[in-house]
Formats: sequence, structure tokens, C-alpha cells
Amino acid sequence: MNILIKNGHVIDPSQNIDGHNDLLIKGRKILGLYPEGKGPAADKTIDASGCIVIPGLVDMHTHLREPGFEYKETIKTGTLAAVKGGYTTVCCMPNTKPVNDTISVTEFILEKSVKEGSCTVYPIGAITRGQKSEELTELEALLKAGCIAFSDDGHPVTNSLIMRRALEYSKIFNVPIISHCEDLKLSEGGVMNEGFVSTIVGLRGIPKAAEEVMVARDLSLCELTGGRLHIAHVSTEGSVKLIRDAKARGINVTAETCPHYFTLTDESIISYDTNLKVNPPIRTASDVAAIKEGLKDGTIDVIATDHAPHHVDDKNKEFDSAAFGISGLETAFSLGLQLVDQGVLDMKQLITKMAVTPSHIMGIGKGMLTADSDADIAIINTEKEYRVDSSTFLSKGKNSPFNKWTLKGTVEITISMGKVFEWN
Amino acid sequence: MIKSKHLLGIKELTSEEIYHILDTAAGFRDVLHRDIKKVPPLRGKTVVSLFFEPSTRTKTSFALAAKRLSADFVNFSVSTSSVVKGETIKDTALTIQALGADFVVIRHPSAGVPHFLSNILDMSVINAGDGANEHPTQALLDLFTIQTHKKNIKDLTVVIIGDIAHSRVAKSNIYALTKLGARVRLICPPTLMPAEVGKLGVEVFHSIDDGIKKADVIMTLRLQLERQSKGFLPSLEEYFKLYGLTSERLKLAKSSAIVMHPGPMNRGVEIESAVADGPQSVILEQVTNGLAVRMAVLYLLAGVRK
Repeated sequence: MNILIKNGHVIDPSQNIDGHNDLLIKGRKILGLYPEGKGPAADKTIDASGCIVIPGLVDMHTHLREPGFEYKETIKTGTLAAVKGGYTTVCCMPNTKPVNDTISVTEFILEKSVKEGSCTVYPIGAITRGQKSEELTELEALLKAGCIAFSDDGHPVTNSLIMRRALEYSKIFNVPIISHCEDLKLSEGGVMNEGFVSTIVGLRGIPKAAEEVMVARDLSLCELTGGRLHIAHVSTEGSVKLIRDAKARGINVTAETCPHYFTLTDESIISYDTNLKVNPPIRTASDVAAIKEGLKDGTIDVIATDHAPHHVDDKNKEFDSAAFGISGLETAFSLGLQLVDQGVLDMKQLITKMAVTPSHIMGIGKGMLTADSDADIAIINTEKEYRVDSSTFLSKGKNSPFNKWTLKGTVEITISMGKVFEWN
Repeated sequence: MIKSKHLLGIKELTSEEIYHILDTAAGFRDVLHRDIKKVPPLRGKTVVSLFFEPSTRTKTSFALAAKRLSADFVNFSVSTSSVVKGETIKDTALTIQALGADFVVIRHPSAGVPHFLSNILDMSVINAGDGANEHPTQALLDLFTIQTHKKNIKDLTVVIIGDIAHSRVAKSNIYALTKLGARVRLICPPTLMPAEVGKLGVEVFHSIDDGIKKADVIMTLRLQLERQSKGFLPSLEEYFKLYGLTSERLKLAKSSAIVMHPGPMNRGVEIESAVADGPQSVILEQVTNGLAVRMAVLYLLAGVRK
């Protein structure tokens, strides 16, 4: 079946397109772009008036929770949340139960996502067996089974020698090692950023240094080995500076941040709202400013969600024992749009950081609207306002600190591998 | 007038509210000196204590305060209850409410638990200490004790010595004293100083000899003995050498200075026995005043509930 998307403002930074065009898709593929009004007749026509038509977003940092934590999220609900948020590809982190450190788990995730998923799922394999920082997983076998990168996310690789080996050994396959940078001794017992606000509310702080010392270590190891390092969820000013400096010296590093790190500050935790509890923690205004600066100057390559859905019972409790994490897939693009409104990024840069670059880093050929690429498209009304109601999230995780916020940018239609999801 | 039916912290109170509680406590102190130490205002009301940390003095003080106001007082024993069977704090609190309690006095190792419960419960929540956040009735009884000796709290120099970072007593006192216009100095090793605490309008000292000079009031805090194993201190002996309140050091303060301690004391760790038992010590007065202050808190919150 052919579908013609007309009257939309097509933006595809991968081929530097930014204007009114018609877009024709056939089955699971994009056939091509046409000047506005010149697209051929099709079986179905989508009127994208007033909307941007962009490559489906690519999240390189998602927790789908399956297998093992199906009460928090499943591949079915997590991928539905993804398409609701304009994402057509998610890369899922391996901290499931069991950990994705063997091909059977990778195969399970892929089979399940084909059967029940609404978007494309790429598994990220564990760097070390059981994420225990002791022995490397079988990278070749995991890659062959369908993994596209490696991370012990949720846990740092505490053993520096193993991290060195991972960065070295992965060069055989030219795949990224994604580092969750946290010194567990420095962060021990901490539940929020260490600073004036932690003093006021009396909660144990996690100093910025807990992240930065590991960023510095991994940058050194990356320089030593020439491996491919990707720093996950950058949250501090110091990390931005370290990465900026490393890039200037030619170190092969990429980095991501998440919407909450450029949107929220730790002052909001005065309410003890556990939906604000996330790791790394929400930092201060100067960190937010530095993250924005890093996004603007290219130090930070990617905006990922770190979508971390939790059951209400894991959040509706005392702050100290509540789970870390934010359900982020369904609000990420709207929060990204705020950067455009603030003049931090232009629309093309935003789409680059949310679709094009993550696809490049992961080497998955997504995030573009070129002829013959996958029919992964998001159609978004960037001017329309709405009130976030986390109870209506398609994710099982309703844990959003943005609940009741008024945001701009409604995803009207998502097309994932040719399948059309109409939301309004 | 008190606005909230909960007492979550000093942070949440205005200076007028603080003075109102202190004035009310003064009335109840007279009751405590009568032959029959009981008045009827809370007859038919129920106060339940829910303590997730060991405590004898605060719990006993609240129990006596409730009983002297003619309320029924019940202790919900955490160690032998459903809590050890894995019940959530929310369910435990709702159970106590369903039993018909009017007040729950809670102590919990996690900061913010009283705030969390106050959003769920209809009954009044009284914070008897939450993590490193606040211990409001302790600060109120400290103010009350200071007032007894110094009349005016405004412009006094009050030093707090000890493990400030982990101390909810210090935090509540910092809020209370700065709200009432006292000058507050904090003295402790940098490892035990909370982050950016200077922004609360206090002065920070690492030397006790510098900080204690010309002080009107000296509060020492209990040092948790496990701080040594966690690397905050090399040894308790070194702590006493650097920060212990000794008779010699006390001479650097004003001769009229009073010495306070929230208890329980570690003699020879944060305070020398000669000081604890000396003429400037008001430590036992603090305990007595705690009763009057907690009676005032229960009485005033009951008024808000009407």
C-alpha cells in the first residue's frame, strides 16, 4: 500500500531538507520526496498541514524492563510508549532479569519485539557477565544475535582494567561502549544531588564528582585504547567540560544527556516528590546551563530518554527507598522543543540529536527520510499545547515529574516500518 | 495562630508561630509544677507514636505530654508489628488512622516521611525526627530553654558543635534561631559539615577555639559512634581533642553562657563530664521543658483540627 504524506514541513537533517515537500511511502519503505503538491496519487493520503514531518526518533537509551520486570514495563507497552512519543527505534539497556549477557536473552528480546512491539528494537548487550564488572561477555556472539552496542547501564564498570579491555576488545567490531559513569563509593547512600538543596531537605547527596571522576577515567581509557566510548546521561557541568576538552584533543567519544537534565533543577525536590528521583540526579541551574551549552556547541551529541518506567508501588513511598528513574519516552520531544524555543538548538539540530546522530552512533541506518530507507516517520504539531497527564501514558510507568505540565508539540501520527499510528 | 494541623518542621513555621508555641508552652510549664500535673483539653483524643528508630526520651516525653493533656497515648511498636513483615509505611500509617488516632508522632530514618504521610492522612502528623532533615520539637524546646535564661533570643550568639551534616537537631535549630534573629555559628570538621550550609545565614568554623568566642549559648551534638568507621573521623579521641567541649574551652565563651545537649550524651567524646555536670549546663532543664513544649504542640494542633 502506498501512503502519501502531503502539506507537511519535511525536515530531514541527514539530507539537509527543510521545507514543504510531499513524502511517499510504500509498505515498509520510503519511496521518495516530491516538491509540494507533486506527489503521486496513493492508496492513502495523510494531510500533515501545520505539522513537521521528520524521521522517526531514535532513542539509544531505553529500559524496556522485559524480561524480568514485566510489572514495570514490557516490550509491548514500552514500544507503544515510544511510538506515542514519536520514536520508531529504541535501543534497550541490558539490566533486565536475567541480564542481557547471553544470546538467548538477546534473541528473546528480538523475537518478542517482532511479535508484540510497535517499533524497531535493538538490544544493547552487557559489557560484563551479570553486569558484575568481572568478565567480558561474548561480544561477537551477542552482536551476531542482534546486539548493536554494549553497556552495563544501571551499574558502572567499577573495575578499570575490565573497562580498558572492553574498550580495546570492542575495536574488533567497531561498536560503542556506553558508560554509566558513577563512582559507587562517592554516591553511596545518595538519593539526590549533593548541594544546598540536599542540605535543606536532609536527604543524602550524590556529589557531581561521583560522575565526573568516572567520566575522566573513561576518557583516559578511551585515549589509551582508541576504542569507541559513549558517555550516557551526562548531568554535570564538570562532565561537559571534560568531554569538550577530550573532543578537542581528538578522543573518540560521544555523549548523551536526557531531557530532565536540561529541564529540571534540584530545587524541585523540596516537595519530596519521588518522581524527581533519578540517577544521575537532577542537578543545579549552573549544570542545566552547561548542559545546554554542551548541546549547542556539539559537546553533547545526543538527547536520549533514559526511559526508566517504574510501578507506582516503587515510587509511592519514602524518598530514600523509592526507585530511581523517570518514564520519559512520551514527553521527550516536547521537552526538546523547549530548547528550540529558548534558542539553544534550531529544529534541525534537535532532530539531529534525537534521530540522526543516535542512529549514526549505533550504526543502524535509521533517522533519515531518504529513498529506500525504512518508513519511520513522526508527524508532529510543534505549536499545539497540551497538558501532560501521566495517567494516560501508554507506558506502564506513570513516573513522570512533568505530570500536569503544559508542553508544546503533539505527536499527531507516527509511522513505524510503514505501520501508521494516528493519535488524535 | 498556627496554620497547619501538622508539625513537619521549623522550616514550615513563621517566627510568629514559633513564639506562639513558646508562649503556650510557658503556660503548660506551670501545670508541670502543680501537685496534680494533668489538664483536660485533649480528653477523648488519641495520640499514637510510630518510631522507626530507637528512641526512649523523645517517645517518653511525647507520651507524658499527651497524658498530661488527658489524651490516650498508644505506642505502635514497629519492631514487633507488620512493618517487619514488609508492610509499607503508607499502609502502616493508614492502619493507625483507621484505628481512630487523631495524632501520629513519627520518627523515621528517611527524610521527608512526615511530609509524605501528611499528604495521605487526615490525622495530624508530628515530626519527631526524619533522617537528617528536622526534629522540630527539639528545636522548640531548645528555644524555650534559651528564652528562660536569656529572655531575648534576637542577637544572641549561638554555637552548635558537632556532627551537623547528620543532625536534624542542628538543622531545626538553625532554622529556628535564624528566624528569630540569633547569630548562629557552626563548628565541626569539614567532613561533617553539610554542603553549602553557609547559605542558610550561618557562620562556619572548623576551629572550636575561634567559633566559641563570646558565645551566649553552646549546643553540643551527639556524635554517632559509627562515623569513625565511615571515614568521617580518624578516631573518637582525635575528635574529642579537636571538638570536645571542655572547661578550658568553655572559658572562651561569655561567662554567662549556657551549655545544651539534646541527649543522649557521649561523655568524653563530644562533652567533658565536668561541663555536662557543671553550673552552666542546662541539659536536664531541656528535658523538662520538652514536656511543656510537646504539650503546647499537641494542644495547638488540636485547635487547628477543630
